[in-house]
Amino acid sequence: MMNNAFSRPATAAIHYELLHKTPLGPQHVTSSGTATLLVEEKLERQSQIALKSGDAVQTGQKITPFTDRPAYAISSVTGTISSVRPMSGDFGKNYTAIDIALAAAEVMAEGPGGMEPTLANLTEWLAGAPGNPPLHLFQSGDHTIHTLVVAGVDADLLVATNQFIIKSEMHAINRGIDILKAATGVSHVVIAVPRDLVQGFGHTGADELKAVASEYPAANPKLIIYEAFGQEIPAGKSCEEMGFAFFSAEAVASIGKAFDSGQVPFEKTVTLVDKNGHKTIISARIGTPIADVLAAHQIQTGDGDRLIVGGPMTGSAIFDEQRPIQADTDAILVQGAADVSLVSDYPCINCGECVRVCPTRVQVNMLVRFLEAGQYEDGAELYDLDSCVDCGFCSFVCVAHIPIFQYIRLAKYELSRLTAAEASNA
Amino acid sequence: MRSEKMFIVSHAPFWHNGSNVAERHYGMLLAAMPAVALGIVQYGLPAVAVVAMSISTAIFWEWLMNRVTKRTITVTDGNAALLGLLFAMLIPATTPWWVVITGTFVMMILGKHIFGGIGGNPFHPVVVSLMILTVSWGAFFDFNGALVNYSFSFNALYPLGLAKNFGTAAVADFTPGNLLLGRQIGGIGTTFGLGLIGGGAYLMAKRYIRWEIAVSFLSAIFLTALIFHLAAPDQYAGPMFHLLTGYTLVGAFFLLPEDSSSPVNFLPMLIYGAGAGVMTMLIRNIGNYHDGVLLAVLLMNLVNPLLDKIRPKALGKVA
Repeated sequence: MMNNAFSRPATAAIHYELLHKTPLGPQHVTSSGTATLLVEEKLERQSQIALKSGDAVQTGQKITPFTDRPAYAISSVTGTISSVRPMSGDFGKNYTAIDIALAAAEVMAEGPGGMEPTLANLTEWLAGAPGNPPLHLFQSGDHTIHTLVVAGVDADLLVATNQFIIKSEMHAINRGIDILKAATGVSHVVIAVPRDLVQGFGHTGADELKAVASEYPAANPKLIIYEAFGQEIPAGKSCEEMGFAFFSAEAVASIGKAFDSGQVPFEKTVTLVDKNGHKTIISARIGTPIADVLAAHQIQTGDGDRLIVGGPMTGSAIFDEQRPIQADTDAILVQGAADVSLVSDYPCINCGECVRVCPTRVQVNMLVRFLEAGQYEDGAELYDLDSCVDCGFCSFVCVAHIPIFQYIRLAKYELSRLTAAEASNA
Repeated sequence: MRSEKMFIVSHAPFWHNGSNVAERHYGMLLAAMPAVALGIVQYGLPAVAVVAMSISTAIFWEWLMNRVTKRTITVTDGNAALLGLLFAMLIPATTPWWVVITGTFVMMILGKHIFGGIGGNPFHPVVVSLMILTVSWGAFFDFNGALVNYSFSFNALYPLGLAKNFGTAAVADFTPGNLLLGRQIGGIGTTFGLGLIGGGAYLMAKRYIRWEIAVSFLSAIFLTALIFHLAAPDQYAGPMFHLLTGYTLVGAFFLLPEDSSSPVNFLPMLIYGAGAGVMTMLIRNIGNYHDGVLLAVLLMNLVNPLLDKIRPKALGKVA
C-alpha cells in the first residue's frame, strides 16, 4: 500500500523525452469502413446543410457542408456521405460532423494543382490540412504578424509528432517556409527545436534556429517566446497579438507537400501511446475513427480506461472511440483503469508545491481559493489568472489532488463568456 | 442497454506525481519517531500514556467534528494523529490525563476546526493549545516541577531555566554532545537533538516541510545567540546551547513550517523563519519566559499573510 512512498525522492523536474536518434517511418493505419470529417462550425438548422445522404465524394475532394458559410473539409476518402450531424466538444466548442461510408475503390479528385503561393489560395485549400495551419492569424486586422515560429517541439509530454516531422520531412518544411514567406510577407521565420538536437541541423530554410529546453513546460508557445525571444507576452494577450504566429512543423510540411504534389495532404502523423507507455509514431488519414487505430495496434480498451487525445498534461479525455483523427490530433494516449489518477474535493493545505513549479510565477495556492469559490474576476485581478499558460503542472504536483487546471480553464472560459456578453451589449 | 465502453472522462492533467496528503502526514509521524522513542526510554510508561492519550483523543475530536459538521471523515489522512503526537512531544511525561484531553480538545476544535479544518488554520493548532494551557495551568508545564520525581544520570534541571537565572556557568555541563544525545529534561519529544535533526533532514529531503523556513530559523537563532553571547559571555549562553535546548529543534522542523500557517514564497519564508529565530532569542534572553519558541511561532503565524504578499511578478503582469 505504501509502495516505498517514504523512501522515494521528492518531485524533481520532468523532462520531455527525445525521439530516438533514427526515427522509424510512420506505420500506416487504414480505416475499416467509415470516416468522419469535422468542420469547426455550429450546425444550427437542417436547412443549412448543403449535402445530402448518398452524395458521392472522392479522395481529395473539397466538401462544403453549409449553404451559408464558406467552411469546408477536404475528403480523405472515397465513398458516400451517410450523415451530417452536429457534435459538441470541450468548453462550448461546436463541430459539424460529416460521416462517409467508404467505397471499395479509391478515386482521386482533382486537387488544387499548381497554385500561386498566395494567402487566398492557402486559405482556400489548406486550412484543415494535417497540423492545422492557423492561416486565420494573418487575416485579422487587429494585429500584424512579424515572426513565424515553426514548432519542431511538442508542447506536451510523450508527444513526439512534431519532433518526428522536423527530423524526417525537412525538405517539405523548407518548401513550406518559402511558400509561407511568399504568401504572407512575413520575413522572419524561426524554427524551434529541442536543445539537444540543435547541433544536428544543417541548412534550413528558416532565418534562425531556437533551442528549447528539455524541462516541461519549456515548449509551451508563450514560454518559447519568453525564453528564446526574451519577450514577455502581457497577461491576457495571445502570441499573435504580439506578432508571433506559431505553426506546427507538420502544418508547414503539409503546405510544402501540397505545393509539391498539387494535392492536399490528408495523412496525419500521430504519436500513439499504449497502456504500458510504449510509444509508436503512426500515420492515419484524417477522419479515421480512433477505434480503428487502436484495433490496428491491438490495443484493447474497456470500462474504466481513459482515452486521451493529446498528451498527459494538457490533452482531453474523450468518451467515444469513434471520434475521428483530426488535423490537430497529435497524440492518442490510452490509460488502463489501474493507472487512472483521480481528483478529490480535499481542501488546499497550502503546501506550496504548485507555487514552486509554476513556470509563470502565479500564486496558485491563493488563486485556487478564489476559483473554488467561483470568484473568477477577483482571481484574475488579484492573483494573475491571465498569466497562466495552461501547462497543468500545478495539478500534476497537487498534494491534495485538487483539479486546479480544471478550475483555471473553467474560470478563463467563464470570463471570456462574460467579456463576450459585455461586448455584445455595449 | 448500452453497447459502448464506459471510459473515464476527466479534465487534464492525466498524470499525477503520486504525492498525497496522508503520505505527507505519515512521513512527518515517522520523522518524529526517534525523538519520541528516546522520550519513552527516558520517562517510561507515563510518557507512553501521555502519547497514547494525546493521539487517541486528537483523533476522537477530529472524528467528532467531522460528524458534527457533516463532512467526510478525515481521520485517515493522519493529520489528527500528527497533531496529537506533536502535542504529546511538547509536554512533560507527567501531565495529568485531563490536561491532555483538554489540550487536544482546544487544539482540534479551537486550533483547527473552527477555521474550517485542515488548510484553514491561521496558527499552528498545537501551539495555540499549549499557549492557552500554559496560561491556564502553568504549573503542569514547568519541567523542573513536573519531572521532580525522576532521577537521571545527568543534571535534571531545565537548562533554559538555569541559563536564564544563573548565567552561562550554570549550564557548563550541557555540552553540545550531551544535548544531542538527549541528556537534558524537557518535553517527551523535544530533548533528543540528534533524533530531531535526523527527522528534520528527512522532512526537508522529502519536501514535506519547506527547508527555507527551518534553515533560516536555526540560522537566526545561532546568529542572535552568538551576538548576545559575545556581548556578555557570562550572562548569555552560547549559540550551540540555544540551538539544542528547549523547543528550538522541534519548532524548526515541526511547528514553524506547518503548511497552512506559513508562507510559500522564497523571501517571505526566509523572513518568517528569521523573524521567529530573532524573537525566540529576544524572549529567552531579555523576556520573561524561559523558552520563546511558542510565542515566536504564534507571532510569525500572525504576520504570515502579510509576508506572503511579497511575491514575484507573474509572467506578463502589466503594472
